[in-house]
Amino acid sequence: MDLSAINPVLLVASVMVSATPILLAAIGEMVVEKSGVLNLGVEGMMITGAVVGFAVAVNSTSPGLGFVAAALAGALLSLSFGFLTQYLLSNQVATGLGLTLVGLGLSSLIGKPYEGMKTATLPKLDIPVLSDLPVVGRMLFSHDIMVYLSLALVAAVWAFLKYTRAGLILRAVGESHDSAHALGYKVVRVRLLAILFGGACAGLGGAYLSLVRVPQWTEGITAGAGWIALAIVVFASWRAGRVAVGAYLFGGITVLQLNLQAAGAAVPVALLSASPYLITILVLVIISARGMHGAPASLGRPFHAST
Amino acid sequence: MADNLLSLRGLTKAYPGVIANDDVSFDIRHGEIHALLGENGAGKSTLVKMIYGLVKPDKGEMTFDGVPFAPAKPSDARSAGVAMVFQHFSLFEALDVAENVALGMENPPKPGDLARQIREVSETYGLPLDPTRTVGTLSAGERQRVEIIRCLLQDPRLLIMDEPTSVLTPQEVEILFKTLRKLKAEGTSILYISHKLEEIRSLCDHATILRLGQKVATCTPAETTARELAEMMVGASFSAPEAKPHSPGEVALKVDGLSLPAPGAFGTPLRDVSFELCAGEVLGIGGVAGNGQDELLAALSGERLAPAASVWLGPRDVSREGPIARRDAGLLSAPEERLGHAAAPNMSLIENAVLTGARRQGMLNNGMIQWGTARGFAEQVIRTFDVRTPGPGTAARALSGGNLQKYVIGREILQAPEVLVVNQPTWGVDAAAAAAIRQALLDLASQGAAILCISQDLDELMEISDRFGALNEGRLSAIRPVAGLSIDQIGLMMGGAHDMEVAHV
Repeated sequence: MDLSAINPVLLVASVMVSATPILLAAIGEMVVEKSGVLNLGVEGMMITGAVVGFAVAVNSTSPGLGFVAAALAGALLSLSFGFLTQYLLSNQVATGLGLTLVGLGLSSLIGKPYEGMKTATLPKLDIPVLSDLPVVGRMLFSHDIMVYLSLALVAAVWAFLKYTRAGLILRAVGESHDSAHALGYKVVRVRLLAILFGGACAGLGGAYLSLVRVPQWTEGITAGAGWIALAIVVFASWRAGRVAVGAYLFGGITVLQLNLQAAGAAVPVALLSASPYLITILVLVIISARGMHGAPASLGRPFHAST
Repeated sequence: MADNLLSLRGLTKAYPGVIANDDVSFDIRHGEIHALLGENGAGKSTLVKMIYGLVKPDKGEMTFDGVPFAPAKPSDARSAGVAMVFQHFSLFEALDVAENVALGMENPPKPGDLARQIREVSETYGLPLDPTRTVGTLSAGERQRVEIIRCLLQDPRLLIMDEPTSVLTPQEVEILFKTLRKLKAEGTSILYISHKLEEIRSLCDHATILRLGQKVATCTPAETTARELAEMMVGASFSAPEAKPHSPGEVALKVDGLSLPAPGAFGTPLRDVSFELCAGEVLGIGGVAGNGQDELLAALSGERLAPAASVWLGPRDVSREGPIARRDAGLLSAPEERLGHAAAPNMSLIENAVLTGARRQGMLNNGMIQWGTARGFAEQVIRTFDVRTPGPGTAARALSGGNLQKYVIGREILQAPEVLVVNQPTWGVDAAAAAAIRQALLDLASQGAAILCISQDLDELMEISDRFGALNEGRLSAIRPVAGLSIDQIGLMMGGAHDMEVAHV
């Protein structure tokens, strides 16, 4: 094994790229769950975002437009989940699983003509001064805009939940929908908005895979990223900062094990491929085993205003 | 009528199959405490929800301070000056006090200012409260203070209180009344909902009595006896339960130094609970909600195993045995929550009879359920305890609270337990049904069973218990004979005023 073949600068840079789709999906799902809704359809919304984003980017030759379309597609798909669970009071777990199946099927249908095509991707930013820094410049400051947007989104979600009244209402709805209703807050409306936000974020995450990370369309491109995002939300105890840590950890190990494989490490390939999943879950279990869990008390419970 | 703050005229609200309010009219004057009195299901809650904008009336109108008042949502009512303290608290356990207060306000100030205001108001009215504490860690009395302060911060002109004293110790009730009288002196009107007659007689200026959705009368409670009020409320006279003379026998249940950690983040640990319960005796366990009642029942029923040698059924150590073994040995229990704990809501009464009675009533034959026997037993419970239901095949969920309570208590009583543990046997049950349940418990004791009755209703415990103890933060007070126990002593056993102070009037 030749460890010197691994370039630490490239490694860190690719960690950020690899973590971004999961981070986007996870932060969206965290907001959804904070409002008390469990949407297991993240995988389906991600892959729908991936294919729609790719198709629009190919046809319009604008990756930016692709991202916008992906967010809309994810939100639209999540709206069907919202309608079923919030108005028709269907079971959230079953509906979420159904959403994933629909998303997977829909995406291969839409994506068939686009297989093997190439698309324009997002340009790397050239930030004055910062990008020119030695080592650090290439590591951290020469990425495309979505990498920084996803990090900004984490900070924004954190501040929104902690400091704004709307964030407080969202947490209150997730904590006790009956109490929130008694105080006159619109439980269903708040939850629908959260679901839409979660869907849009998942769509963006999917589009990042097909437009930047890979970048082309292949069937099943998300490869379980949506499920990892769901697990990260739980193990991160519904905290924005820990969600970011979890996503970067998973991204980091994914990239590291690829590098190790390339360097010819004397570890079975299957074990290396499984390692990101194993280590991410292990670390997050240790984090959540100490400290508060903080699951929203109304998570997954259907709400019906009886009187 | 310039001296009326709120006038209700002909308010009517119907739900499918039931008229919750039928042509209700009355007035609340400026600066008075007006009681709204009635049984469970008399329509008090619906009426209040209409005033608070949670429910729209089908017919009728309201005027508030002379202008028409038809709040479409609670925030309309709040901005008009109506504030409400809910019976089942509208609080969020995982959020802190200041956040909870902010959620109930229209235009909350900045967090720093809000914390200062909370401190100011809580000092003025003698309701100490730390704005940074998480509500899940507060006692029931402290939670109520959060609700009250949330209302007071909005300078309400009408304060609605829905059964505020059901979770308080007698000392805390006194302090609450001082606060309410101070508010009244400042010109705030209070609509006070309760079914505790003595409270209303000492506190309220006028009382409106509802029965089956209709107004029975508006009277001056100080000039009316509690008996008259009760009869107006119920619409008939009923007999109070009577104990038959009996003498306690051998020790049937002994709990010795029982300690258990809290079951969850917001549960209560049991700390060194010890008592003896004799055959033929009723032991009443009082205490404010959330002081270890549910945990004690779970430890006695076998839902949670106790440390070895801490629970003795006669000469036998059952501490490490589960509910089935304890039931076989004669220790039965009926938990507080009817739907979901004592009974499975979507299963029929017959199926629910099988759930606890299968082994004691011989409903099993080589592991197969004898449905005939089960039906017979369910019918016997229904007959003996006058459960109003179309038949034993009805789902438990479809029964009214009182009828289901009669069924789940009767189901245990007819299994002839040696020891019966009940938690809140008459919670949310109308007066006549409550009297029937209490009488059945007393009859069971006179047949030689030992009964442990956990309840938050002190009147109930005084009525049926031979001895009384109180749970406070998971500790059991000394057990005292009920005869000769004063309400002050009981209050102190329940933990006194939980460090509240008297309002600085």
